[in-house]
Amino acid sequence: MGRYVARRLLQMIPVFIGATLLIFLMVNVMGDPIAGLCGDKQCDAATAAQLKKEFGLDKPVWQQYLTYMGNVFTGDFGTAFNGQKVTELMSTAFPVTIRLTVVAIVFEIVIGISLGVVTGLRRGRPVDTSVLLLTLVVISIPTFVTGLLLQLLLGVEWGWIKPSVSTDATFSELIVPGLVLASVSLAYVTRLTRTSIAENRRSDYVRTAVAKGLPRRRVITRHLLRNSLIPVVTFIGTDIGALMGGAIVTERIFNIHGVGYQLYQGILRQNTQTVVGFVTVLVLVFLVANLLVDLLYAVLDPRIRYA
Amino acid sequence: MRGATHAKWAACAAAVALAATACGGGDSDSGGGSADGGAVLSSSWGDPQNPLEPANTNEVQGGKVLDMIFRSLKKYDPETGEAEDMLAEKIETSDSQNFTITVKSGWTFSNGEKVTAKSFVDAWNYGASLKNNQKNAYFFGYIEGYDKTHPDDGSKQTAETLSGLKATGDNTFTVKLSQKFSTFPDTLGYPAYAPLPQAFFDDHAAWVAKPVGNGPYAIDSYTKGSQMALKKWDGYPGEDKAQNGGVTLKVYTDNNTAYTDLMAGNLDLVDDVPAAQLKNVKSDLGDRYINTPAGIIQTLAFPFYDSAWNKDGMEKVRTGLSRAINRDQITETIFQKTRTPATDWTSPVLGEEGGFKDGLCGDACEYDADAAKKLIEEGGGLPGGGIKITYNADTGSHKQWVDAVCNSINNALDNDKACVGNPVGTFADFRNQITDKKMSGPFRAGWQMDYPLIQNFLQPLYYTNASSNDGKWTNKDFDKLVDEANAETDTAKAVEKFQDAEEVLRDNMGAIPLWYQNGSAGYSERLSNVKLNPFSVPVYNEIKVS
Repeated sequence: MGRYVARRLLQMIPVFIGATLLIFLMVNVMGDPIAGLCGDKQCDAATAAQLKKEFGLDKPVWQQYLTYMGNVFTGDFGTAFNGQKVTELMSTAFPVTIRLTVVAIVFEIVIGISLGVVTGLRRGRPVDTSVLLLTLVVISIPTFVTGLLLQLLLGVEWGWIKPSVSTDATFSELIVPGLVLASVSLAYVTRLTRTSIAENRRSDYVRTAVAKGLPRRRVITRHLLRNSLIPVVTFIGTDIGALMGGAIVTERIFNIHGVGYQLYQGILRQNTQTVVGFVTVLVLVFLVANLLVDLLYAVLDPRIRYA
Repeated sequence: MRGATHAKWAACAAAVALAATACGGGDSDSGGGSADGGAVLSSSWGDPQNPLEPANTNEVQGGKVLDMIFRSLKKYDPETGEAEDMLAEKIETSDSQNFTITVKSGWTFSNGEKVTAKSFVDAWNYGASLKNNQKNAYFFGYIEGYDKTHPDDGSKQTAETLSGLKATGDNTFTVKLSQKFSTFPDTLGYPAYAPLPQAFFDDHAAWVAKPVGNGPYAIDSYTKGSQMALKKWDGYPGEDKAQNGGVTLKVYTDNNTAYTDLMAGNLDLVDDVPAAQLKNVKSDLGDRYINTPAGIIQTLAFPFYDSAWNKDGMEKVRTGLSRAINRDQITETIFQKTRTPATDWTSPVLGEEGGFKDGLCGDACEYDADAAKKLIEEGGGLPGGGIKITYNADTGSHKQWVDAVCNSINNALDNDKACVGNPVGTFADFRNQITDKKMSGPFRAGWQMDYPLIQNFLQPLYYTNASSNDGKWTNKDFDKLVDEANAETDTAKAVEKFQDAEEVLRDNMGAIPLWYQNGSAGYSERLSNVKLNPFSVPVYNEIKVS
């Protein structure tokens, strides 16, 4: 087990370097960011040169990348154009996005899995058909439509919530945005759980458990669900990263100042330091989440062993 | 929409589980019917792009804050745009080149420091010094010694302070310009010329984290990237005291969300009504929607560094293009009359006296398909058989109007291939391509005035090698007339000279004027006396909250 984790951690290094390099190059290809700092005017040459020097933009790209990576390992993610440290931006943005992701994941787990179990056990019944139809509808509607619609209905027409989230972004304010963010994944989780449950229901170990005379509840939770969760856990694990990075649309609609907002702002202003910094952290989150998922397999299915 | 507030409490009870704390009611307002001098209003905001230093802020969002926390020597009247003395007791000159400025006594910064001549001299020297990376440094370019503190050729800075700037007493200082510039005093209302307290120089990081100024408001708290709370400063000595208790500026990533918040009663003032909502804004807000001229003009500039656009006869092609654009139709259908067809190269906010001349462009800006076709043929046709209008697609509704302009040109010329839009992904990239002289055809150019003077609409944009002359248009007659106008001590005569220069610009069609932009804002029922100044920034200190 320990050796497995160590090997996986070592494998992360090339993935990490490759991903950051790609992002770094992509942001660089967009051109010189200083030109966008002076509004509809041309920055005077002297100030532009001075700024380039300060942000290290006068050096060749490979040198910029090496300096940047060197700094990252000492915990210095550079400075954004508005004079703020990128680490400072992260410390305000990540807690908000993590809260949003937690809300979304909780929705996925609670609603998604319970709906999946219910429909999986009642395959072909009216409940199953209607939930399937519903998930199909949710999957086919883009997030920004659901987001704007809920915002307009709940926020303006009925006045149940505030249409935008305040600076504090407390859990209760994030319920609706979290639901919107989770909606599509939630539908997938439902469908995955349903199929998996329906399949395993006919397996030998379930029949044995029933034959032993175990109560139905115990059969479903301990035997059936536990074994059916492997594909679902894989999906949710990779979804954590996707939700954190992909919240740009939802964060924009509800005016949440999280990671998506900072990334959007960073891309618009071609702020290499912000974009690469945030993406680097997101890459790490992805990698760690994937590792955790793999380790969870062993917990769920005792047949899987990591040597 | 009205039902929203009535049903709010009932709905709150029903939705406790859904959003328990989201129903907090109004902010810290004390309610009540009549105007409440202590009530705070909330307003939409965008994250300022640069640190909030006066000489480093060149966009509206940061400018909004500076407008509230600083007062300069002059202030522009929110309605007429006229420069009036604020901190200046008097500004004297006999030759339009040497100025003696007396600062009113009795003014302080909100931290108690006195505003003296030194506050100005230090601030201006800081702004002009290359090592401070101030993006508005060029504002000090007229002052003698600027070439030493801010050498533009990349050589080393040889002086720390401007030689043309001297404090001669507690409240007086002298300014020596490197050339005659009669309207110089009128430029001093621009935020870059604001005074700075000693605290700015002593602990710069702390100051930037929470700026301290001498305006009617003081910053109470500032959470970068999301919110700034400004409180009325009770000790403010000026006459334009704040009529409300304070302003909370909230950062919105998307102006549509801000508008939705206004609809839901979650926000008091939106000063950027999204283009998509312009159709509904009248029915949503009624008379709580304002739409007033701002000092912004949109034009199409040409790459004069490209010989295809700079040869003889091309002025006819450019004029022809101008006449192929149906400005009335586009401003009406796309902008819902929040923009006005341009008939000169300035802005209506200058007023007749300030140099705005309705119809100066004459026929050249009037839509006439036949004349357009004829002019373009006479001039030798479009370079390469068709043009591409380059614009940045990331902000504003540029795509919509560029497509409309192209449509108009194509229809006028009966040629589907005469014009297409050429979007560039980001604004920074767009600026880059302009700076690198990579434009191959007309491109979007917008100008928001720095100060309401005709000089500001012409010199920075069309004078040879001027800072914002993106098309690199150059014309000796134009330059000569601008120089003469700047040397003229009589304002009326100066304005006339500038208009003569503008006519030269017209005859060569150095840039096609498209339309004047208006500022628009919507506000909640709690507010009254909401106005936009010529810079399209709300006049916060005059807003009354009930």
